[in-house]
Amino acid sequence: MTKGLITDAQNTWCQGCGNFAIEHAIKDVIIRMEAEGTPREKIVLVAGIGCHGKIADYLKINSFYSLHGRAVSFATGICMANPDLHVICCVGDGDTYAEGIAHLLFAAKRNVNMTVLVHNNRVYGLTKGQVTPTSPREYHGKSNPYSSGEIAFNPLELLLSAGCSFVARGYTQRQDELTGLIYDGMAHAGFSYIDILQICASFLDKTEEYDGKVYAPDQHVPEDFDAACRLVREYSYGDSGKIALGVIFREEREPFHVGTPLLQQELADKKSFIMRFIDGRR
Amino acid sequence: MHLQGDDYSMNECSVLIGGKAGDGINLAGQTIARIFTSLGYYAYMYYDYPSLIRGGHNFSVIRASTHPIGTHRSGIDILLAMDPTTLRRHQNDCKRDALIIYNSDIVRSDVGSGIPLKRIVEKNEGSAVMENTAMIGALASAIGMEWEDFSSVLSHEMRKFTEKNREIARDAFQMQTEKKELKRLQQSPGILLSGNEAVSLGLLSAGLNGYIAYPMSPSTGILHFMAGASGDTGVQVFQPESEIAVITMAEGMAYAGAKAAVGTSGGGFCLMTEALSMAGMAEIPITIILAQRSGPSTGTPTYTAQSDLLFAIHAGHGEFPRFVFAPGDAQQAFEWAGHALSLSWQFQVPSILMTDKTLAEGLYTVNPELLADHVPFPLPDLKGKAEYHRYADTDDGVSLYASPPLSGSVIKGNSKSHDERGISIDDGMGLSSMTRKQMKKIPLMEEAVSRLNPVRISGNSDSDMCLISWGSNAPLCREAANIVGIKSVQPVVMNPFPEAELRAATSQSHMTVLLEDNYSGQLADICEAHGIPVDIRLPRFDGRPFTLDQLVEDIWGLAE
Repeated sequence: MTKGLITDAQNTWCQGCGNFAIEHAIKDVIIRMEAEGTPREKIVLVAGIGCHGKIADYLKINSFYSLHGRAVSFATGICMANPDLHVICCVGDGDTYAEGIAHLLFAAKRNVNMTVLVHNNRVYGLTKGQVTPTSPREYHGKSNPYSSGEIAFNPLELLLSAGCSFVARGYTQRQDELTGLIYDGMAHAGFSYIDILQICASFLDKTEEYDGKVYAPDQHVPEDFDAACRLVREYSYGDSGKIALGVIFREEREPFHVGTPLLQQELADKKSFIMRFIDGRR
Repeated sequence: MHLQGDDYSMNECSVLIGGKAGDGINLAGQTIARIFTSLGYYAYMYYDYPSLIRGGHNFSVIRASTHPIGTHRSGIDILLAMDPTTLRRHQNDCKRDALIIYNSDIVRSDVGSGIPLKRIVEKNEGSAVMENTAMIGALASAIGMEWEDFSSVLSHEMRKFTEKNREIARDAFQMQTEKKELKRLQQSPGILLSGNEAVSLGLLSAGLNGYIAYPMSPSTGILHFMAGASGDTGVQVFQPESEIAVITMAEGMAYAGAKAAVGTSGGGFCLMTEALSMAGMAEIPITIILAQRSGPSTGTPTYTAQSDLLFAIHAGHGEFPRFVFAPGDAQQAFEWAGHALSLSWQFQVPSILMTDKTLAEGLYTVNPELLADHVPFPLPDLKGKAEYHRYADTDDGVSLYASPPLSGSVIKGNSKSHDERGISIDDGMGLSSMTRKQMKKIPLMEEAVSRLNPVRISGNSDSDMCLISWGSNAPLCREAANIVGIKSVQPVVMNPFPEAELRAATSQSHMTVLLEDNYSGQLADICEAHGIPVDIRLPRFDGRPFTLDQLVEDIWGLAE
């Protein structure tokens, strides 16, 4: 059931692409939020550029289809001006871990009240299979056929050290759990970051590997930062280790805000400031 | 205007105060400018400093004039040497009858009045930076001010440690016996404003909601001003991680309905250009303050240039309409900062307000009555309207602007080629109609600026010689043209180019001279591309503004 949440734009994701699972998880979260009293028009989706970005065309909600790497900083501006909006940021791994890494880390550091979903398929899909910051070391695309391979970023560890107040990992082949994580992220007051292991059906289909490695840790306490660090180090986006899914770290920290949001600003305050300033110079 | 004082006293005066960075030369210059306005003069200050925090040589030239000015002169009437370097470097700039006041604790001089600034400050248990105060006290005495009048200026300018500053100033005031008197005028010319302050006030007056910037000289003054005022004005002011974050954040604010501006200089503007192009494609209103400095690259951070004109007009990939304005003094900076913000919202296009170091950090005397009260551009009320399409095509190409939440509708902004709903497209028909829709705005933008007097004309309109200038050179050229008896023409709007107005202003001219602070003659090239001949180009690219006297001499030479 789509409840009018899908546009009539022609969907051009590959068959079996993990983006479908993320799209439907977001749709289900919106339906749930609506049922709980959040009107649809208060939700805004900001996307970067890459296969993931097409979600801005496909979901019939407020959206901004931004530049490669810049979705998070654009979304920060929205959060600043109108803190009443619920902002979801869909970004790709090339998009946010390469081109836009600074904005991601700074948004985490600031605790901007948004939910960032990284469609982490660990490869550039739209530009045909080049290596990304989270590509496995042995991955060779057309742009690095002979390279010895760089190690991958462990993005969760990076975000933990940046002060991220909500760190989670989902998997596109576990759509129900993913929906729950996105819902929790939206409910979190502050910056929530969900790295989503996404199947790329065309260039890097790791379904079998992920299916064998993912697990939901049952004793984990997400409020324990040290435990969270240990958990994310179990898997460094190489080829070994178990992959913990779910909320890995969560803390309450004052969300980012700057001055007076748009709707509370008064023109009269600006005009009277100008008068006082001019009088002070007389 | 009535002049008081004897006939031998001055009614025009240039003071140069110099010292080491960290000596507070800028602030001292402002206080001197304030003394001049309190005596009924129009004051202008040029501030010259290298890019460092301590040491180095800083100086301010503060000029007082009976008529409105926006430029300094080469001949110095009073030299205030806080240190030996100032005396060594600027003694030759002095007129023959100039008065030199020097800090006799560290400066040796055969001429002038030595005032022991250091000892005066020590005696009063003040801090080293208060040596300025002592120097200003000596100046006030030399120009023949009454102590009470000077004391009231001092209290106004020095809100901290006022009493101590007054004691220090008084000691120097009494010690200074050599005079070079300045007449007191019976007029109130106005208030002092820097270009950066004027830009800030103009933006606020037009209803600014957010100011985002990364520090970069010479635009940083706006960031500091806005941040300081944010508690009173409510404006959201923020310094993020880079200029790329600056502009994308500001555009995000605009998507949410906030009128946002950003400020930077050349290097930061380079980083912003991809998002400038996004503002073109996604039709996001955004105002960019581009305070030019010497380039290319990091260039010379604290020295002036006008070498980014062609860049500002063409920056960003693809084709899209934009406004580019270049005010020339503080009054115009106030006026056009407001226009830049409002017009960008009216047409949903980016607008770029160009200043330069001379304007941004120069101090001007502005009649507050002449500061137009901007009316913020109103946003449409869309409640109860039919289905909303963010990029609905219209007769004028301007779609209704809405921000979330809009009940029952979705608002889809898009940096990719898109249809009227904001959904990405790539079909040929769709692409061409989208581009046509965006470009339809241009004739209306031209009409809008032509109503705002986009080309300013002054001087002798009957003269067959015409001096064109833009930006901070405009007040210089206005004054020079008056002295020489020629016409002065200043285009304030750079894009869309006011071709008809500029042609009309220059068509009677047999000799057109164009002065600008760049090597290639960027405005001259634009003029000629529009069929407006420029006979003589006067380029300057040493980071320093012309002085009035140099320019007048050059024009006399040309006129012969």
